[in-house]
Amino acid sequence: MNTPVLMCDKLCKSYTAGLPVLNNFSLSLTRGKIVGLLGPNGCGKSTLLKLIAGILVADSGEIKICGHPRSEQTNALISYLPERPYFQPSMRVVELLDYFSDFYADFDRERATRMLTDLGIPQDVRMKTLSKGTKEKVQLVLVMSRRASLYLLDEPIGGVDPAARDYILQTIIGNYDPQATVMITTHLITDIEPVLDDFLFMGHSGQILLAGNADEVRAQHGKSLNELFREVFRC
Amino acid sequence: MAWSFDAHLPVSVQLTERIRMDILGGKYPPGTQFPTVRFLAYEASVNPNTMQKALVALEDEGILIPRGTTGRFVTEDLSLLAKKQAELKNAYMRRALTGAKALGISTHEFISFIESEEQ
Repeated sequence: MNTPVLMCDKLCKSYTAGLPVLNNFSLSLTRGKIVGLLGPNGCGKSTLLKLIAGILVADSGEIKICGHPRSEQTNALISYLPERPYFQPSMRVVELLDYFSDFYADFDRERATRMLTDLGIPQDVRMKTLSKGTKEKVQLVLVMSRRASLYLLDEPIGGVDPAARDYILQTIIGNYDPQATVMITTHLITDIEPVLDDFLFMGHSGQILLAGNADEVRAQHGKSLNELFREVFRC
Repeated sequence: MAWSFDAHLPVSVQLTERIRMDILGGKYPPGTQFPTVRFLAYEASVNPNTMQKALVALEDEGILIPRGTTGRFVTEDLSLLAKKQAELKNAYMRRALTGAKALGISTHEFISFIESEEQ
């Protein structure tokens, strides 16, 4: 119950020797939180999510999901939305639903169908005929229709129109589960701010510059998270 | 439709104010069951824990009454509601008056304006 959903201990990762993207990154997240991972381009946000999702392997350090060391088994607990859609362009939306139903025991097909209908996305069309934003919506619908313990959403609202953005944020709120945690990266801080419990400001090499409760920040600093971000990361 | 918020004040404080206004304005009559945190959070497009915090503040004021697992109810204490209502009305009128004074509007001018608006 009180085991952290996610525990990262002294993670190190570099793509080029001597240029660490993450340097001794540690983090612990409890259940029932919506957490914003915020930082400038290239600070290691996506790398961190990929390490947690198991797409990349850390050079050193440890990741635990719900108390278990990261493994193929713990992947079942994670629902990951990558930066870019990864589906075969020739696949139809309905085939993706089949795919997810087969692959994930926690996939709620009814929920996915309802969301696709709400967003006006037909199921019999091929992915390659959809616009970039619509592809992203399809992917988000699939990811949010699982009943996972940890959701990792890499820029879920970046590529979609403002109306869909509202719908997606409402979906995240409507999907709220006190047992699950959602970690979101985005640059659209103003949009996401009221939705967050906690935030992390990540600087270069994955250094955590500031962290806390998104609402308390306003009380402490008298300014929004967006304004604080601009101040902390002023170029 | 998401509610709109001032960027400089905590969202929970703004939620408390707005919901207090809704209750005292009669949107939720005394003794009625209050919507769930989940529903209100969804409606306002805010984090459920923030909404929870806002409702707890109204419980502390006595406007909302928690009843275990059945949820929250609007208080039936009419004198408390009347008192809160008077506070809110006074605060509102004081704000309008301060603004009028800052613009150099005299009491007489202000009163005759209100009377003319009412006709």
